[in-house]
Amino acid sequence: MSLCDLTAHELHKLFSSGEASATEIAEAHLERIEAIEQEVRAYVTVTRDRLLEAAAAADKARQSGEVIGPLTGIPMAIKDNIVTQGVKTTCASRILENFIPPYNATVVDRLYNAGGCLVGKANMDEFAMGSSCEHSHFGPTHNPWDTGRVPGGSSGGSAAAVAAGEAVFALGSDTGGSIRQPASFCGVVGMKPTYGRVSRYGLVAFASSLDQIGPFTRDITDCALVLNAICGHDPRDTTSASEPVPDFTESLVPDICGMRLGVPREYFEEGLSKGVREAVNSAIELLAEMGATVEECSLPHTRYALSTYYLIAPAEASSNLARYDGVRYGYRASGARDFVDMYKKTRYEGFGPEVRRRIMLGTYALSAGYYDAYYLKALKVRTLICKDFDNAFDKFDALVTPTAPTVAFSLGEKAADPLSMYLSDICTIPVNLAGLPALSVTCGFNEGMPVGLQLIGPHFAEGTLLRLGYALEQSTDFHRRRPPLTKTQEWDRNMEEAPDNAV
Amino acid sequence: MSISAGEVRHVAELARMALSDHEVEELSAQLSRILDHMETLRELPTDDVEPTAHVLPIRNVWRQDTVGESLPPDAALANAPERRGNYFLVPKIVER
Repeated sequence: MSLCDLTAHELHKLFSSGEASATEIAEAHLERIEAIEQEVRAYVTVTRDRLLEAAAAADKARQSGEVIGPLTGIPMAIKDNIVTQGVKTTCASRILENFIPPYNATVVDRLYNAGGCLVGKANMDEFAMGSSCEHSHFGPTHNPWDTGRVPGGSSGGSAAAVAAGEAVFALGSDTGGSIRQPASFCGVVGMKPTYGRVSRYGLVAFASSLDQIGPFTRDITDCALVLNAICGHDPRDTTSASEPVPDFTESLVPDICGMRLGVPREYFEEGLSKGVREAVNSAIELLAEMGATVEECSLPHTRYALSTYYLIAPAEASSNLARYDGVRYGYRASGARDFVDMYKKTRYEGFGPEVRRRIMLGTYALSAGYYDAYYLKALKVRTLICKDFDNAFDKFDALVTPTAPTVAFSLGEKAADPLSMYLSDICTIPVNLAGLPALSVTCGFNEGMPVGLQLIGPHFAEGTLLRLGYALEQSTDFHRRRPPLTKTQEWDRNMEEAPDNAV
Repeated sequence: MSISAGEVRHVAELARMALSDHEVEELSAQLSRILDHMETLRELPTDDVEPTAHVLPIRNVWRQDTVGESLPPDAALANAPERRGNYFLVPKIVER
């Protein structure tokens, strides 16, 4: 194992004791990128010089006796829809291909302040619209466990980078499952925090009432550490919550005795693959053996969630994406007859087919004559879906479901049929509609591919989810497995350098 | 639910989006199929249900009306496709 297969908390031990410098850690990641990025393609931009500068600054801070935080000197990837001052932020779209933001997102500032070192900007489905990372203007990311398969989406680059050792942790964004589903497909931990828990300032808006930023990590401890750095109220995001933020590492106790878990039967119906069902069921048995009470329950409006989501999200997107008009930033088409023609050509040439499809769907749902039948109807059904969860949380501390109905599918498999692609988010979408926190952890392998377990909690109960995930990690070794791709000859020499306590 | 090519063209106009003839045909079929799937919502009675646009009980978040920091003009204009002085340059909008 090399330095790039360790977790942030393992690296922190090596760094703070002087056994590994931040520069060595950074260089190991750059070498890994050099070796496998051509096959994985997790990044839109690699910020090599910036990484080495940040690592050198971390080393200097340590040598001069400054207080070292748990993320100081740790290489991180940021999804390319979260703005980074001076570093191109493209949303994997032609329309923002050369956009260099003049400011940082709040989460980026917070992670820089915590000592995190930017490796690069991670690939994604264009404007976060997709479930496979195939809708990127720059080409698809490949799943590190099997490069013939998708990494999931939309935060596929973030998930793949962490799985492949091209970053220790990453940020993604989750509007309908875009953190959890790729985390599941790539075998890493992914958390969508409660709506409002993390500032959206500087996150390029897709569907503002659903979007939330969250971390990808190699284990639950790292997830708690990154949450500690990014959560909390931000005056620059009026929808951010003023709820106090606990120290999430306090949830890392291997005791779940007496916790009440609900298993909603609607998540185990048609479309769920046998392999995923078996892995999820054995994780549920394990949780019961550890002392949790497990009971089947029902969220009766689940079957309406997909339709509700695919009205609300595109409607919000059609409004949010109206700003891309070729006037103030981004791509502008040439040869327009007048300014309306400039808008139309710019948006036609600048957006890819899936983004255009969703803008069209959303514009239709909001247009005169259809607003009540589609958009307003969807908002009402959203209320019913929220109530299902409220009722369930009267009785349960958390709900347990699969993260996705299958393991990662093949590249191209669903590309021609938008509806079948949309169905791969069926287990994650209801959570966004209700603004709940949810965690995906690896609970097994099927066809050699990781299977994700989803834990859903009431608003602001991220700690409960971490505790459950941590307990599972204590009795399984799934989080220690690394994709075969990362175990090439080239890394053998690093094994000799790895200290004994490194796993 | 089927969406005609004419409706697709109308919606594209609203969204300020050019489309090729082929794409109009394709979108008409795809959007029809997607909206068919959404017809299931109609079976739910929702007359007495309040809509949810936002999940948290936050309303009217105010701040003090004081002058804060803003981007300097050069930073704000740095990504402009075309600029003249401190302005974004666009094709002529109003004919004299």
